[in-house]
Amino acid sequence: MIYLDNSATTKPFPEAIDSFVAVASGYFANPSSLHGLGMKAERLLAQAREQVAAMLRVKPGEIVFTSGGTEANNLAIKGVAWQYRQRGRHIITTEIEHPSVAEPCRQLEELGFEVTYLPVDRDGRVSAKQVERALRDDTILVSVMHVNNEVGTVQPIEEIGALLARYPKTLFHVDRVQGISKVPLDLQRAGVDLCTISAHKFHGLRGAGALYVREGVRLMPLLAGGGQEMRLRSGTENVAAIVAMAKALRLAMERYERDIGRLKELKDKWLEALAAVPDIAINTPRDGAAPHIINFSLKPSLKPEVFVHELEKSGVYVSTTSACSSKKKAPSKTLLAMGLGEDRAERGIRISLSFDNTQEEIAPAVAAIRQAIKTLSEVTG
Amino acid sequence: MKYDRILIRYGEMTTKGKNRNVFVRRLKQNIARKLRAFPRIQIEYMRDRMYILLNGEPHEPIIDKLKTVFGIHSFSLAMKCENDLAAIKETALAAVRQLPHNGKTFKVSARRVNKQFPYRSDELNHEIGAHILRQTDGLTVNVREPDIDVRVEVRQDGTYVTCRDIFGAGGLPVGTSGKAMLMLSGGIDSPVAGYLAMKRGLEIEAVHFFSPPYTSERAKQKVIDLVRKLTVYGGTIKLHIVPFTEVQQAIYQGVPNEYSLISTRRAMLAITDALRRRHRALAIVTGESLGQVASQTLESMYVINEVTNTPVLRPLISMDKMEIIEMAKRIDTHDISILPYEDCCTIFTPRAPKTKPKKEKVLQYERELDLAPLLEKAVNETETMVIDEENGRTDEFAGLF
Repeated sequence: MIYLDNSATTKPFPEAIDSFVAVASGYFANPSSLHGLGMKAERLLAQAREQVAAMLRVKPGEIVFTSGGTEANNLAIKGVAWQYRQRGRHIITTEIEHPSVAEPCRQLEELGFEVTYLPVDRDGRVSAKQVERALRDDTILVSVMHVNNEVGTVQPIEEIGALLARYPKTLFHVDRVQGISKVPLDLQRAGVDLCTISAHKFHGLRGAGALYVREGVRLMPLLAGGGQEMRLRSGTENVAAIVAMAKALRLAMERYERDIGRLKELKDKWLEALAAVPDIAINTPRDGAAPHIINFSLKPSLKPEVFVHELEKSGVYVSTTSACSSKKKAPSKTLLAMGLGEDRAERGIRISLSFDNTQEEIAPAVAAIRQAIKTLSEVTG
Repeated sequence: MKYDRILIRYGEMTTKGKNRNVFVRRLKQNIARKLRAFPRIQIEYMRDRMYILLNGEPHEPIIDKLKTVFGIHSFSLAMKCENDLAAIKETALAAVRQLPHNGKTFKVSARRVNKQFPYRSDELNHEIGAHILRQTDGLTVNVREPDIDVRVEVRQDGTYVTCRDIFGAGGLPVGTSGKAMLMLSGGIDSPVAGYLAMKRGLEIEAVHFFSPPYTSERAKQKVIDLVRKLTVYGGTIKLHIVPFTEVQQAIYQGVPNEYSLISTRRAMLAITDALRRRHRALAIVTGESLGQVASQTLESMYVINEVTNTPVLRPLISMDKMEIIEMAKRIDTHDISILPYEDCCTIFTPRAPKTKPKKEKVLQYERELDLAPLLEKAVNETETMVIDEENGRTDEFAGLF
C-alpha cells in the first residue's frame, strides 16, 4: 500500500493508540468527578493541555479542547460573531477556506452578518494588502487558513497579523489544520488570536482537536452546559483522545525537527517525477507551498473519481481535491479561485505526504499513475 | 555577524564586599541550572559581570529564562570583537542591523576601559556613529533620547557591543541569604510571599497542612502545582505535607468556637517551627498582610506568634490585596490559587472568630487540651516531596505523553 492521502487523515502513531487505550481503560473517570479517579483524569487533561500549549508556545489557559477541526473553526467564527456582534457584523475570509470555515460564514450571512470572501492569485494566495482594503470599521474577524488543504499554498499569516496588529478590534483566526507540524508558525509573533488544530491530521485520533484562544479574547460558547473547558466548550472531555493528541503532537514535532529536510526533498522528487508524466498539469505553486501537498489536474476526458479507483487497484491511495468535498461532483473551489478554469478545476487530484512516505514509493506510484491514465484513456477514448 | 553572548549585570550584589565571590558563584550555579536545556552554552564570570557564550544556542528562550533568575539587574545580547577600530565599526553596525531600526534614532556610547586603546571615547563615538549612519537607511542620530543606544566597551580582553538592555528580576541569588520555611496554604497570598522571600536570596521549603477527608487530594495537588510555579524562580523546592486532621479535630472539640481559629494557627506555627529545626532553616515566611482577615489583626498575630521566637518574615505585611493579586498574576500562581478547593483554613472557620483574642485565655484552653503529643505526631508523620521545575508531574502518567 502506498498511502498518499495524508491531508484527508493520517495513520495514527502506534504510540498515540497505546496512550488512547491506556487512558480509556485505566483512567475512564469523569474529570469533573470529585473522587480520586476523577482527579487523575483531570490531571491527565491538565498535563495534555500543558503539553499542547508548550508545543504551540502559548499558555495552557489558552488551549480549548474540542472534538476536532470543524468544531474549533465553528467555535472561533461563530463564537467571535456572537460575542462581539454589538461591535460590528463584518467578517473577512478567503475564497479558498475549508468548508468548516466557509459554511459557518454562510450561516452567519443568513443571520445578518456581512462576509467578504477575498479572491486569491494564480498561486492560490491572498495578500495582506487585500485584507487591508477589505477592512472596515465594523470588521470583527479575519479568518485565513495557514496552508490550503487542496493545493498546499502557504498564506502570508505573519504579514496579515502585522497588519491587524494596528486594528485591535479585529480578531484574527487561523485554520492551521494542514499547517501544524509541517510549516512553522509562531502564533504570538504573528499576532494570531485564534488558531485551529486537529489531532487526526498529525497522527492522532479522530475526536480531538484544539482551539488556541489568546488570553483576553472572549467567545460565546457553541455548546452550553456543564461549563467544561473554561466554560467555552461544555461536554465531558474526551480525555483519552486528548492525551493521545498531546502525544501525537509531540512526536509529530519531533519528526518535523528530524525529517523536514527529507520531506521537502521527497516533494521535489515527486514534482520531478510528475513533470515527466504526460497529460497532467501541476496546480501546486512552485514557491511558498507546504512540503506535503501536491495537486495536479488530469487531462480532459479523464474522470478524477474513476482515476482514484483505478489507482487504488495498484494499492496507491490519493484524493480528488479535498476528501470532504470529493463525494460531491463539484469543481475544486481552490482551483477555480486560482483562475484555472472550470474544466481543470473539475479534474484535480491531490497527493498528500507524511513523514512516513519514502522515495522508494515514487517509482511504483508514478508507474501506476501512468498506467491508470493509459487504461482510462483507452476506455474513454 | 550574530550576537554570540549575553552580558549579565549584577543587581545589588555589587555592593557586597568580601562576600561578592560567594554571591557571584551562586548566581552562576543558579543560571547554569536554569539553562540546563542548552548544553553548549558556557558561563564566564568576573567580579562585575558575567557572560553567557551562546555557542550556537538560540538566544530567545535563554532570554526568557534569564528573566526569572534573581540577582540579575539587567542583561543584553552582545557581540565581541578585537580591539581594532575597523572591527569595532563592523561589529557595531551588525549589532544595529539585527534590530528593527528603520525610522528609529540612535546614538553611540563608547567607553574606553582599556586606556591603551589609541582612540578616546568621543573619537570612538564619532567614528562608529558615522559608519552606522552611512551604512544604514532610515536611521538618524539623537544623542538625548535615542531609540537604540549602541554601547561599545573597549576592555582589556576585547571590545563588547550591546544595543538593548533587558531588565532582570533583581534581588539576590536564591540561596545566598539562607533558608526559611514557607507556610503555603494554597491561597493567593502565600505563593507571593514565597516569591518575595526568594527574591531576597532565601532558599525556601514549603509547609502545607493537609486535613483529609475535609480537604481533598485536589487541594493537595493544587499546592504541588503552586510549588512547581515557584520552582521557576527558586529551583528545586521541598514540600512538606503535614497530616493535620487530628490536631484540627482536637482543637475543634476542645477550644471554644471563637478561639479555635487562633489555636489552629498557633498549632500550625508550632509544627512549622519544629520542621524548621529539623531541616536547619532559620526563619518562617508567611503570606500574612495586616488586617486582611480575623487571624491577621495585630492582636491575633501577637497571640499566634507567641509560640516561637524564630523570626517570622511577612513580606506582604504592608501590601494591599490588589497589589498582591497583581503580583500573583505576574508570577502565574493566581489562576491556580483561585481554584475552589477547600483548604484546612476554610473548613473549621468559626462563624465569628475573635479579632482581639486574649493570650491568657488561649493558653488556658490549650493547657487543658494537651496538644503536644498530637503536634509531635503530625511532625513525625509529615510527608516530604521534592519538586523540580520539570517534574512535579505524576510519574504514573509518564509513558502516556
